[in-house]
Amino acid sequence: MFNLQALDLARMQFAFTVSFHILFPAITVGLAGYLAVLEGLWLKTRNDTYRDLYHFWSKIFAVNFGMGVVSGIVMAYQFGTNWSRFSDFAGPVTGTLLTYEVLTAFFLEAGFLGVMLFGWGRVGRRLHFFSTVMVSLGTLISTFWILASNSWMQTPNGFEVVNGQVIPTDWLAVIFNPSLPYRLVHMSIAAFVATAFFVGSSAAWHLLRGRDNPAIRTMLSMAMWMALIVMPIQIMVGDMHGLNTLEHQPAKIAAIEGHWQNRGNEPTPLILFGWPDMKAEKTGYTVEIPYLGSLILTHSLEKQVPALKSFAPEDRPNSTIVFWSFRVMAGLGMLMLFTGLWSLWLRKRGTLYQCRPFLYLAMFMGPSGLIAILAGWLTTEIGRQPWVVYGLLRTADASSNHSVAQMSLTLVLFVVVYFALFGTGFGYMMRLVRKGPKTNEGAEISHAGPVQQRTPARPLSAIDDNGEGDHRLSLNKKGN
Amino acid sequence: MGIDLPLIWAVVIIFGIMMYVIMDGFDLGIGILFPFIPGKTDRDVMMNTVAPIWDGNETWLVLGGAALLGAFPLAYSVVLSALYLPLILMLFGLIFRGVAFEFRFKAKEHKRHIWDKAFIGGSLVATFFQGVALGAFIDGIPVVNRQFAGGELDWLTPFSLFCGVALIVAYALLGCTWLIMKTEGKLQELMHNLARPLVLVLLAVIAIVSIWTPLTHPEIAARWFTLPNLFWFLPVPILVLVTTWCLLKAVARNAHYTPFLLTLLLVFLGYSGLGISLWPNIVPPSISIWEAAAPPQSQGFLLLGTLFTIPFILGYSFWSYYVFRGKVTHEDGYH
Repeated sequence: MFNLQALDLARMQFAFTVSFHILFPAITVGLAGYLAVLEGLWLKTRNDTYRDLYHFWSKIFAVNFGMGVVSGIVMAYQFGTNWSRFSDFAGPVTGTLLTYEVLTAFFLEAGFLGVMLFGWGRVGRRLHFFSTVMVSLGTLISTFWILASNSWMQTPNGFEVVNGQVIPTDWLAVIFNPSLPYRLVHMSIAAFVATAFFVGSSAAWHLLRGRDNPAIRTMLSMAMWMALIVMPIQIMVGDMHGLNTLEHQPAKIAAIEGHWQNRGNEPTPLILFGWPDMKAEKTGYTVEIPYLGSLILTHSLEKQVPALKSFAPEDRPNSTIVFWSFRVMAGLGMLMLFTGLWSLWLRKRGTLYQCRPFLYLAMFMGPSGLIAILAGWLTTEIGRQPWVVYGLLRTADASSNHSVAQMSLTLVLFVVVYFALFGTGFGYMMRLVRKGPKTNEGAEISHAGPVQQRTPARPLSAIDDNGEGDHRLSLNKKGN
Repeated sequence: MGIDLPLIWAVVIIFGIMMYVIMDGFDLGIGILFPFIPGKTDRDVMMNTVAPIWDGNETWLVLGGAALLGAFPLAYSVVLSALYLPLILMLFGLIFRGVAFEFRFKAKEHKRHIWDKAFIGGSLVATFFQGVALGAFIDGIPVVNRQFAGGELDWLTPFSLFCGVALIVAYALLGCTWLIMKTEGKLQELMHNLARPLVLVLLAVIAIVSIWTPLTHPEIAARWFTLPNLFWFLPVPILVLVTTWCLLKAVARNAHYTPFLLTLLLVFLGYSGLGISLWPNIVPPSISIWEAAAPPQSQGFLLLGTLFTIPFILGYSFWSYYVFRGKVTHEDGYH
């Protein structure tokens, strides 16, 4: 009882800190890519709208990045502080992959971030663009390694266990383990889509308030193209990811489906809604569609989907949670697809920027991508239980031996500090969003040509507030 | 004899932690010095000297953690569990000061003081608990069955607490001499005046740690004062004294760059003294780098990536410092 409680607290702490953390890198990945595209378009077309948008979003990016960094350091240490037996067991694999992440991604991001955020005017245009691209590349490389590590925990491969420790035998098999390709593509797209809806929501908010300018229109337009083109791909990738999970982690799929028992040779129905009950070993209040479960998961009308009861009770993930977290993710995905399709229709009719019901939808869809990401991760991580490394190490055998008192203290601290600080940071991001893109920002430097201007014309924080922007703008006018 | 991978990895990790101590040392030091400089514009300048690079500096800390997990998983799991509270508190310190970099410039005028305090408090807490963790590490960590076998508050000793204070002094001097290098005018003058007392306090603190360590750690005393070792070790205190003397002279003649470089040397000497005292144990007093090593398959593969990437990392990190070279002035911030 004593031990179990400390374990529960450790799990809560990990879930809490990682859930907070993932939101920042997701936006970082998406915005870094967006910023690289914006700067590239500006260099190519010389349309200053892109430059204005670059400066606008780079400030929001900076706040978000800072929060991602500090919440990420916690993750790098939490494996050892809270999960020492996991670290000792799996460190030879996961530690190596994390080190590669630091070496190839974190340093790249950090090394070029300074120039990207503060170097406008200190380096030439092309070098600045190069820095933005390097930061963006760094975020993607980071995504690759961290997902390689997580995927290896889901579908371990290329190793043997000797004396209670994992020994990697084939690094290519470790890195490119069976679930990596699907998880990598699914999560990368998710980051871009989540960012697109965040950007689109900001634009919709401004348009609904009657603030209409080319920059805001460009934001909405780019976001909705992203939604339209990428959402169908994402849904397809999600389907393939599901099939991959069925192959390697059938218990997870059974739990997601709330599917307890196969009846004879009858194909598996799809339970649309219901309430999986782990004690009663059944799903109550179901709304079912016959054949559909088999159709989606086996792409046939005959084959059955594995059922939860064919797994020992101690090997079953919590179906109540993953059943619903999966439906939240999938439901939001459908809504995102719908938003993209609606935008195309409005675009054809030429009312994309005026249709208020649509703008309201786009605005409220702002957090949809992030919520879907959280729901998806809850599904895959809780669905992996009771294992921390699937089939090899149980979560219950992975933690450090800390007391309930110590774990409670730190959990409370994490909750209070994260909500206070990151809540404030989120508030600052929203304040920046509300200000909207400014026209001609950074123009003073672009007019000066690619020659280095030694003194940066703005404070060396990526963000400046208190009306200094306007102040600077008026100075520019004088200067020009 | 093949390649001694654990040895190479120990060197890499020692190098990584040293990079961290030096680089985050001076930017944590800036937070520690904030209380001495109440003016808003001066504080802006202080922060701006590190704003473009602090994130890269902190990445060395992440590298230390990740590489320790990959190359010495046993050490990572034992040390981090043993030093649970000091490390978690250090992380909270780093969070507060990390967000302060952005939030401070973002806050409304009347709320800026909150982030000034977060920056000061965060820097102090992070530094203090890094020192405490270091002291507790030197004190030794009992291990049974590959698990930490001590109590939750084992880290809390007079020695470890003093190490926390010692590190605050060291980082403050790093920050102080960094600012001498990166600023001019009144702020630089203030730092010049602060440098001399800080050097003297640091010298006193180093002396106390050097006496205290062998007194309470017989195995380290034995290592220091047996004969062949003594010759290895003797240059360290002598070099410390010489460096300190040069440092005081450099401060006295108002040099701009030399004080920072000599402080780096001083920190490096202290660090090497620590290394000599503990080598080759990665979990003192008993687990060596060879016992804690990950299998050669991991260490070898890791080394490949490290040897390939470290030159690039040093290259573009240096480039970033180069782009932001020179003095930072009030005008940089406020046109």
